[in-house]
Parts: sequence; structure tokens; C-alpha cells
Amino acid sequence: MHEFIQYILSYLGNETQTPGAAGNIFWATVYILLVFVGLSVAVICMNWLERKILAHMQVRLGPMRVGPHGLLQPIADALKLLLKEDIIPAEADAIVFWVAPFIVVLAAFTVFVVVPFGPTHAITDMNIGILFMLGVSSLSVLGIVTAGWASNSHYPLIGALRSSAQMVSYEVAMGLAVVTAIMMTSLGTEGGTLSMIGIVQAQQAQGVWFIFKFFPLGLIAFAIFAIAMVAETNRAPFDLPEAESELTAGFHTEYSGFRWSLFFLAEYSAMIAVSSIAVTLWLGGWLRPFPNTLTGPTWDLVFSLFPGITFLFLAAMCFYSTARMPKHPLFRIQTIGLAGFGVVLAGIGLILFIPGVRVRIVDIFWFSAKVAGFMYLYIWYRGTFPRYRFDQLMKVGWKILLPTGLTLMILTAVVGMRAELWAQVQEVLHR
Amino acid sequence: MNPPVATPFFFYLLAATMIIGGILVITRKNAVHSALALITTLLAQAGLYLMLYAPFVAGVQIILYAGGIMVLFLFVIMLISIERAQKERQFNKQWLIGIVAAAALGGLFIAVYTTTTKGRVLFPEGRMSYGESDNTQRIATLLFDLHSGTYMFAFEIASLLLLVAIIGAVVMAKKRI
Amino acid sequence: MHAMLDISTLHYLVLGAALFLLGVIGVLTRRNVVIVLMSIELILNAVNLNLVAFSRYWQGIHGPSALHGQVFAIFVITDAAAEAAVGLGILIAFFRNKETVNVDEVNLLKW
Repeated sequence: MHEFIQYILSYLGNETQTPGAAGNIFWATVYILLVFVGLSVAVICMNWLERKILAHMQVRLGPMRVGPHGLLQPIADALKLLLKEDIIPAEADAIVFWVAPFIVVLAAFTVFVVVPFGPTHAITDMNIGILFMLGVSSLSVLGIVTAGWASNSHYPLIGALRSSAQMVSYEVAMGLAVVTAIMMTSLGTEGGTLSMIGIVQAQQAQGVWFIFKFFPLGLIAFAIFAIAMVAETNRAPFDLPEAESELTAGFHTEYSGFRWSLFFLAEYSAMIAVSSIAVTLWLGGWLRPFPNTLTGPTWDLVFSLFPGITFLFLAAMCFYSTARMPKHPLFRIQTIGLAGFGVVLAGIGLILFIPGVRVRIVDIFWFSAKVAGFMYLYIWYRGTFPRYRFDQLMKVGWKILLPTGLTLMILTAVVGMRAELWAQVQEVLHR
Repeated sequence: MNPPVATPFFFYLLAATMIIGGILVITRKNAVHSALALITTLLAQAGLYLMLYAPFVAGVQIILYAGGIMVLFLFVIMLISIERAQKERQFNKQWLIGIVAAAALGGLFIAVYTTTTKGRVLFPEGRMSYGESDNTQRIATLLFDLHSGTYMFAFEIASLLLLVAIIGAVVMAKKRI
Repeated sequence: MHAMLDISTLHYLVLGAALFLLGVIGVLTRRNVVIVLMSIELILNAVNLNLVAFSRYWQGIHGPSALHGQVFAIFVITDAAAEAAVGLGILIAFFRNKETVNVDEVNLLKW
């Protein structure tokens, strides 16, 4: 028992390694559980946010009845999905039908093993971090293909084949954009690396986020990845394979109840995963904005107050909505609920002002804020753009993104080599 | 350097997964079941590569084999009508000779692996084992480095081979050339 | 028992040999072309396992840069991808002509 407590405490003094790299199984399990719970909460929030933001973009209100301003709607949806009847089509292959959502969820969740929320705030730091993430997220194509096949019906089969063709095509463009960013990590003093934490540390060492490096090369690479990642996760405007008006929900037509909620969970987790890749590779991961122009301890302090300020702002919005609730007695419970939620948010905000908590949370906060920005972009795209037809989709993937990605890779290599040689020449001249 | 954790347990677990997956691949009637069993075998193999401190090969295995080749197999299985083939005879006429030949090969393997010459085993244990923290960089040195890259030529030939394979597959599968 | 618990190179080689045998049985006894191709993939995987196990063995002797087995394994995986693509292309072309996926019905050139 005493050795077990020693084992737990031995990691707490370790400031330089993730629990996986340090070999500490207990803390690795704790981090895994934290990431799992955080991801589930994030998916629930995304469900509510998507419906409300999409509604406000379309000049309507969205869910308002279930809780105050529809805040309990995701919980009601989850309960309904759990209690629905589990239907399997008659001629469907039962084993494959059962395994398919399992594969997709597995692929979507395993990716989070290497996502870096901070320099030591990751489950582990693999030497092949980005390769692992791209590889495991390409396993979800298998799940979709088997789901369409196992349903033994026309619409799911066509939807599955279209969806997997689309995902495989845009994986190529994603891979080229990722290679461009990885090439930028090898400039400077450190040497190239595929590990996610190493990529952010390379951006820190070179003093510039890769989206701004060799302007506009980093920006175009980021744009290619941003378009490809929307297509990779089958979201609007690339959601022909699962659009209701086209294919009656595509490959997950025959799935109902809990199995459908697994697909839904996997889709949102995959969205968060590819957004994490984009944030880590181009937007500097957990680094705060303006690390070079606004330096110094005062600016560090100002930027570290942001987590608390964000939660206090959310609490203020809750209280404002409480004041605007109708004064009817039937709304009393909702008003009290909303005020209580505001108090909880304000409490969290005040806790985040304590210096001890602040210094640990600030990395996780900046990473999560950037990923949340990407989630908002996803919802914005869904509300704004019309759907691509399938041949237009394939044309964009192969004829526009792929040549641009190749050209960009070659240009980045040439410009990078020039910068390296110039730096070496400078070093020799000024010795 | 961190010692590996529970190595024999994970080795035997992954080995059992691979053997059972292999047996399922060669005995199932339904080709989709075989493909799923092969995917399980390939992922277990990636786990074994990780145990052998070869993370880059494990990553390449997951991306290329499980995420690329098996998708190709599943597409083709869906394009050809497999239901009729399920009701036909599964094993061909010379299955007995095939099993005898495989058994002879197995006997040869056992003879090789249990040879001891003057009391020494064929593959004695190596000395100190190295970690994986810079495995990708070392493979890149072997492949691309100007002075010590012994496999640069093979890399270029491999890319030419892939080009030929792409053209060949497209020409073979087209309806009219 | 202690020899079974200490995982050495020989363990990986025996596992590779077992997979190779399973692949050979699959190639020699099945009629369905797709399953024969999948058995060939099993054989290639067994070979890869051998290569990477030997690369580890060599690392113990020649130092951490003796990664020739791993590079060879990467080339074998690339090769397997190319061969699977061309093999499946041939299968599709054949299926379009004869409407069957059985190996022993590929006998148009028989005398």
C-alpha cells in the first residue's frame, strides 16, 4: 500500500514528461479518464451549441423549451436515444452490423492519446505522434464501409461507398498539408520531429506560428488542411453522403437508438481530433497569442487571466438572460435553474483566478479555446454554404487541392533550404 | 529509458490475436468476415512492432495496411457479387496435398528453430536494447542522408514501382482501354 | 517456464513462422480469389515480423542505428500495397468476363 502511494506521488514532482513517457500507469489512466470525460462533455456542448447557433444564423430561436434556453436538450436527446428500440434489418449480417459503430468510435477516441493540451498535459508523447493520429483516423473509413455493407439496403451502401471515397480522397490532400508543416519543424536548431509536443516546441523555438511562417506558404497549407478536414469528417458543405434530403441519412440509415448515437459521438470526436491537429500544427498548440510582440511578465499575467475572465463572461450572460426571462410563475423553475447555472460558472471562473490553478490551466485553456474556434467555424460553414455535388466534391479533392498541396510542399522545401543555407552563411560570415 | 511493462502478457495476447485472426481469415465463408479478421491481425501486428521498439513501422502499418490496403479489399469485395460464392464449395480439390505441403514446411521450421550447434542456440539474446525516442530520425538518416543513406536508390525505385502499379491497376480495371 | 516468460527473438520468429504457415495453407486450399490474396498479405506480414525482429536483434549488437530490417519492412509494405492494387485490378477484369471468383475456374487456356 505504501509503495502504491509512493508510486502515485513519484510522478507529481516530474515536470518534464507526460505520464505515458514517464511510464507511470496510474496517472496515465487518470489522464485517459479525464480526456474521455472531457470529450463527452465537449460533444454534449457541441450538440446544444450547434442547434442554437445554427438557429440564430437562420433567424430563429432553436430549442427553448426543455431547459432554460434549451440547455437540457442534449440530455433529453441522449435519454431518448438510449431508450429507443434496437432494430436490426432482417437480412443484415448481425456480427458486422454490431462491429461497425464500434470500429468508428474506437478510431475516433484512440486518436486523443497523443493530443497535446500542454507541454506535459498529454496522455503520452509518441515519437510518431502525427503519423499515429493520421493513421488511426483513417481507420474510421473501415467502420463506415462495413456499416454501409452490413445494412443490406441500397441507400446505406451508396452512402457508405460515396463517403469512404470522399474520405480517402481528402486524406491525400490532408497528408500533403501535414508534410508541409512537418518540414517547417526541421528548420532552426532542433531538428525535425513527428511528435505533437515536439511540433509545438519547434514553433516556440522558432518564435512564429507555422501559419505565419514563410508567408503565404503556411497560410495556404493551413487553408488546404482546413478544407480537407471538413471533407474528412463528412460535414457541410461536403456532407452529401449523409444529407437527409439526398440519401435519407446515408450509411447510418438503418442504425437507430444507441448505435446511431455512437456514430454521432464518433463524428463529433473526429471533428475535435482533426481540429486539434490543425491547432497543433499551424496555430501553435497551447502557446498564448502574441508571444513575441507582447513579451514580459506583465503581459504573461494579463494573458493568464483569460480563463477566469471567459467563465465570468459566460456567467454574466447567464445572469443577463435570467433577468430577461418572462415573469410568469410557470417559468420560475427555469429562472432558478439558469441563475444556478450562472452561479456555478462564476464559481469556476473565480477558482481559475487562484495563481496555483491558473498556472496549470492556462495551457489547456488556450488549446481548448483555439479548438472551440474551429468548432464554431464548422457550425458556421454548415449554416452558410450549400452542399457540394459528388462530382464537384471529387474534382475539388483531386484536381484543386492535390496539385496545390504538391506545389506548396515543393515551394516550402525550396524556401526552407534557402533560409537554412542563408542562416549557415550568416553564421560563417559573422564568426 | 523506461522498462517495458508486462511484456510477456502483451506479447502472448497479441500473438494469440494474430493466430486466431489468421485462422479466421483462411476458414471463413464470407469474404467480409475474412477481411475484418485480417484487419484485426494487422492491428495486432502493429502492436507487436511497438513492442519491438519500431514505432515508425507500426505507424506505416496502420496507415498503409489497415487504413489503405484493407479499404481497397473491402471496396472490391463489395463490387463483385459475393453472395453466390458463399454458397459454393469453399476448399479446392487438392486441399489435402496443400495441408501436407504446409506441414512439411512447418517441420522444416521446427527443425531450424531447435538446432543447437555445440550447445549454442541459433539466435542468442542480444545485449542492451535501445529506446525509441529518435527512431524516425534514424530511419530518415538511413533513407535520405547524403553520406550514410544506403537506401536512397531503393526509395526512388519504390516510388517508380508505385507509379507503375497505379497505372497498371487503372488500366486493368477500366471497362474499355 | 522461465524461458517462455522471457520474450526473446525466437518468440517473434516462431510467431512469424506460424503466420507464414497459415498464409500458405490459405493460398493452397481456398477457391475464392479474394481470400487467396488476403492469405498472401498474411505471408507478407509474417515476413515483415521476421525482419523487424531481426532488426531489433542487430540493434543489440551493432548499436541503435542498425535499422536496416525496419527500412526493409517499410519497403515490403509498399510492395504489398502495389501488388494488392494490381491483383485486385486483375480480379475485377476477370470477374467482368467470367462472373466467377473461384481460382479453379480460371482455365480458359487449358488444353
